Amino acid sequence: MRKFIDKIKPSFEKGGKFGFLHSTFDAFESFLYVPDTVTRRGSHVRDCVDLKRIMIIMVLALVPAMLFGIWNTGYQHSVAFGLNDWGFWNMVGYGLVKVIPLYLVSYIVGLAIEFISAQIRGHEVNEGYLVSGMIIPLIVPADVPLWMLALAVAFAVILGKEVFGGTGMNIWNPALLARAFLFFSYPSMMSGDTIWTAGATRYLAEGKAYACGNGLVDGFSGATPLAHPSVEGLQAAGTNVWDLISGVIPGCVGETSVIAILIGAVILIWTGVASWKIMLSSVVGGLAIGYLGQAVGVTDLPGYYQLLMGGFAFGTVFMATDPVTSAQTETGKWIYGFLVGALAVTVRMFNPGYPEGMMLAILLMNTFAPLIDHYVIQASMGRRAKKIKTA
Amino acid sequence: MSNNIDLKKGLNIPISGSAGLKTRKAIVPDVVAVKPTDFRGLKPKLLVKEGDKVLAGSPVLADKESPDILFTSPVSGTVAAVVRGDKRKLLEVRIKADASQEYLNFAVGNVSSLDAAQIKSLLMKSGLWPAIIQRPYGIIANPAIQPKAIFVSAFSTAPLAADTEYILKDEFANLQTAVNALAKLTDGKVHVSLNSANASGSVFHKLENVVFHSFSGKHPAGNVGVQIHHISPIMKGDTVWTVSPVMLAAIGRFLNTGKYDMTRLIAVTGPKAIEPAYVKGLPGISMKDISEFYGNSASGIRFISGDVLTGENVGEDGFLGFFDTQVTLIKEGNEHELLGWAKPFRTKLFSTSRTYFSWLTPKKTYDMDTNLHGGPRAFVMSDVYSKVLPMDIYPVYLTKACLANDIDKMEEFGIYEVLEEDLALCEYVCPSKIEIQSIITDGIALMMKEMA
Repeated sequence: MRKFIDKIKPSFEKGGKFGFLHSTFDAFESFLYVPDTVTRRGSHVRDCVDLKRIMIIMVLALVPAMLFGIWNTGYQHSVAFGLNDWGFWNMVGYGLVKVIPLYLVSYIVGLAIEFISAQIRGHEVNEGYLVSGMIIPLIVPADVPLWMLALAVAFAVILGKEVFGGTGMNIWNPALLARAFLFFSYPSMMSGDTIWTAGATRYLAEGKAYACGNGLVDGFSGATPLAHPSVEGLQAAGTNVWDLISGVIPGCVGETSVIAILIGAVILIWTGVASWKIMLSSVVGGLAIGYLGQAVGVTDLPGYYQLLMGGFAFGTVFMATDPVTSAQTETGKWIYGFLVGALAVTVRMFNPGYPEGMMLAILLMNTFAPLIDHYVIQASMGRRAKKIKTA
Repeated sequence: MSNNIDLKKGLNIPISGSAGLKTRKAIVPDVVAVKPTDFRGLKPKLLVKEGDKVLAGSPVLADKESPDILFTSPVSGTVAAVVRGDKRKLLEVRIKADASQEYLNFAVGNVSSLDAAQIKSLLMKSGLWPAIIQRPYGIIANPAIQPKAIFVSAFSTAPLAADTEYILKDEFANLQTAVNALAKLTDGKVHVSLNSANASGSVFHKLENVVFHSFSGKHPAGNVGVQIHHISPIMKGDTVWTVSPVMLAAIGRFLNTGKYDMTRLIAVTGPKAIEPAYVKGLPGISMKDISEFYGNSASGIRFISGDVLTGENVGEDGFLGFFDTQVTLIKEGNEHELLGWAKPFRTKLFSTSRTYFSWLTPKKTYDMDTNLHGGPRAFVMSDVYSKVLPMDIYPVYLTKACLANDIDKMEEFGIYEVLEEDLALCEYVCPSKIEIQSIITDGIALMMKEMA
């Protein structure tokens, strides 16, 4: 293997036959082998951690949510269409049929753009998209048309990341941009009651769908818990707290199960890949506004419901903590996380038009993260100047 | 003694090959080099030509900007070669040593009766003035000014660093003489920072005429820059001087004997060093003089004058730096590793990151090599750097300010307080493999140019 790579390598180097594919070759080579580059200047030894490792841990942390999402896609479908004879594997099989195309589109479109832009710049291909590409299918409804997803991914990668200079330079979380693009460009496909259950959209439009049994069961609503955010509303829909925690509810592919997300959170916090400060403060922020809203009568739901519904948990764990677009200073992380949680719940409670406040809250706070950092640093400088004056 | 300052942040890199506390041999120098590149920003003026005879202490170079500052030969012998690099930049003056050493005699007199001007003049003539480093920027001290204070770190926490107590165990008298002399050069005090683990057993402990501080913690707790930051931070307009322990001893020895005698113990360390131990030698000795430590086969070995974080790659034919008390031999890691980043376990490699499992074996040391373990990327992770920097500054912001050549921001983020060595660990842990130290070097060079 190594010999083969060494043999074909010269033709991909500058001036070689395929010199224009240099970045592409390099990406595959460094994917297979840790490069043989040695330190030139500065520290002669380096820690063996690199961004690839950090990204792969992130991907690993997303796996439980993805697996649960695959099953839940099938489960929701079977419930909606009254397929009482479906077992576990039927549901997983159906989920795979629905989710794998999302992944294919996400990775093929996203990575193609990454490779091309790396090629144009002559940089190494950055591994950042491995994570974005993993997240995007988990935050869209399973029924989203693939061409829309492709457009959204292209938008997110080009305008969200590459125009700024690639991973590490972007202002907004690319995965969320993809979702925001879908949400604002095709609102009918991203909100409403019927889009969350795989197969329902097509059935309603065309009167048939893959494995649709005898049609939708009577009383099918398909609405996510966010559509009726009150104790009564949830009771009427037959959703209890345990459903919210375990995730057997309609919603985006990967965001429903708080348990699966928590497994991911434990991995991320233990390995230090994502900031626990952001997660904790976001939860605190969400709870604070949630209970405040209950106290003043905006909603009758206890505050902790807000953490369990919709994309709050997923956003808090996987997207608010994106190290590039979140606050960079440690104090800033507390402020940033708190505001993400607080804003998400605020949007939910006061704007029925956008029931999923998490996406908007994170994007907004991404925008303000540099400002938060700026003030944190100014304050720190001021403190230091004062300390020295008194000393 | 003031209270102990305990630094929580930092990292002791668990690299194998620390030197045993014994002196294996005394090197009889063959060819030694005087390297102007050991001094930041120095514009050297050559004072000798090939074939000239010199004594130990005879001037070889002078500073073009202040010609009174001389750089002298550590041995007596003949100038063998003047080595120049690109654009005729002077790199080395190689001197072939005589079989028996002769020292130039300086008339020092009674140290306690010398005044500041006399001490400065003696140090400049003898070639020991460049041992005094000025901050900000880490340049040769400017003899025209009075620094705010002088700082000495009495211990080193750098990876595999020579044990200061071992190499200076018989030098108390010299240290005291040097302290007494240097104290006359500053308005403030001479500050000595001790390692709290061994404060009372230290050779420095009985020194008089100094202010003691005590530090504990992992590397870089022993870096003088970190200590200054906690004792009395350098603000804009401040100037302080620092002297390394071994240079303090050399200054004292010179003032006591009138000889430029730079003899020092040097730790030969690293995973590739066979039976790592100390040798007695001089600054500028050749790496060939320690050939028994690498079994005469130099292929695939990197020769570092200094430690693995901040040392200089001098190569098999290179020479020890002026300030260095350590040589580190490590393997060149120019090998591919199949799917290394994806392996769950890489037991031969160390990482501070919990994405690997080296936290399970905290006592283990590793045969580290020079592999970069990844490709260069933009800054992504924000919280890994401050964990190894026990200073109240923002390393990523400072680095970015340097990259952007933004002088105001560099000032604001503390460029005056740091040298490359203080941020070396940030570079070590960086998952984006950014060359933070050389970015800081460029930043300091820009500051010196713009603020001059």
